Amino acid sequence: MWAETNRVKTLALDVQDWPGHRAGQHVDVRLTADDGYQAQRSYSIASPAGGPRVELTVERIDDGEVSPYLTEEAHAGDRFELRGPVGGYFVWDPDPGGPVLLVGGGSGVVPLMAMVRQRATNHDVVPTRLLYSARTLEDVIYRDELERYRKRGDGLEIVFTLTREQPPDWTGYSRRVDRQLLSKVAPDDPALTFVCGPTPFVEAVAEALVGLGHESSRIKTERFGPTGG
Amino acid sequence: MPIISRGFKGRRGDDAPRDRVPPGQYVTDDFPVLSAGPTPHTPLDQWDFAIGGEVDEPLRWSWDEFRALPSESITVDISCVTKWTKLDTIWEGVPVDALLKGVETSAEYLTAFCDGGYTTNLPLADVTDGKAWVAFAYDGEPLEPEHGGPARLLVPHLYFWKSAKWVRGLRLTETDEPGFWESNGYHIYGDPWQEQRYWGD
Repeated sequence: MWAETNRVKTLALDVQDWPGHRAGQHVDVRLTADDGYQAQRSYSIASPAGGPRVELTVERIDDGEVSPYLTEEAHAGDRFELRGPVGGYFVWDPDPGGPVLLVGGGSGVVPLMAMVRQRATNHDVVPTRLLYSARTLEDVIYRDELERYRKRGDGLEIVFTLTREQPPDWTGYSRRVDRQLLSKVAPDDPALTFVCGPTPFVEAVAEALVGLGHESSRIKTERFGPTGG
Repeated sequence: MPIISRGFKGRRGDDAPRDRVPPGQYVTDDFPVLSAGPTPHTPLDQWDFAIGGEVDEPLRWSWDEFRALPSESITVDISCVTKWTKLDTIWEGVPVDALLKGVETSAEYLTAFCDGGYTTNLPLADVTDGKAWVAFAYDGEPLEPEHGGPARLLVPHLYFWKSAKWVRGLRLTETDEPGFWESNGYHIYGDPWQEQRYWGD
């Protein structure tokens, strides 16, 4: 496992008999304490299909039950139970028939990163734009990798917005992902849009996109947030 | 025999009586929102509720007609497949029994259909005899769009994806036809007490 930011870690898991997965799917992790007490939570898979390991990127929620264990206690060699992959809706479409918009807030970028990685693995050139909202530059997960993808020039564009604090030489966006930002950044008529992040973020973004005339049925949303997990 | 996770202690804080919390769930005071797309916003003067499919005569209510039906307040526990359970939630709604009153059918199943295209399927026996409502108020206030307003199906004994948000009607069917989540890997029935989350459970 390795740290992505000071609150976020990626765990690379060897999963026996893993059947494979599609980018965007998630797994259910189940932990069992010595006395039999169990807790389960869902985590999006960060790795694309076909890799040797299943990677989960987990954000530590301060009063969470499972994320503090996964990000602080667990170390190489530990074992826990995994169920999945789960989900057939919020998944990367290799043939969307048009430009794709990915909008992620905070750790909502995780399933979108699986999609970006899948696209790269497939040598896909479908025009794809990732709009990633984070509080500060230090909170941007996968920063170096995203910078590398950006430079490839294969049709993937990445736009960051840092909403709480920006570095002194920052020339990028600093506003929340609202209608105004989306009117500048979103492609006019994406074939498919994936929005992921905390519920208020997803709600605001989806509503703004619909308000800008985007087709509702082509906007897929996945909402998660620190509700005790 | 489950794998013991070395060093995992868990947070035993929630004083919820365990017999009210289905397996694999945790209790939340929050009311999380999960949905498969943007929130629809249907104006009440365009809203209607319909019962159709395998019936002799389809039925339809406008919002005013629907609100004129006898309704009741219920307090129930709800469980979402994403692991959270919320206890003692207070709703107001029209029992599905009242909507199906007088409906002649040989159908044993139904599909609930909704604004935004969401669907979910249920056996008819799981929405009758006091087991389900079309709810229009939560916690004493009109149901917010984010939580399924103006009205949602409420079927507390099953995972909450069966309590279809933005419900616009029930289509009675001879066979059990998988709805949205049921077609996307989730269980056809969804009993939280048997942890029927996904296909194959």
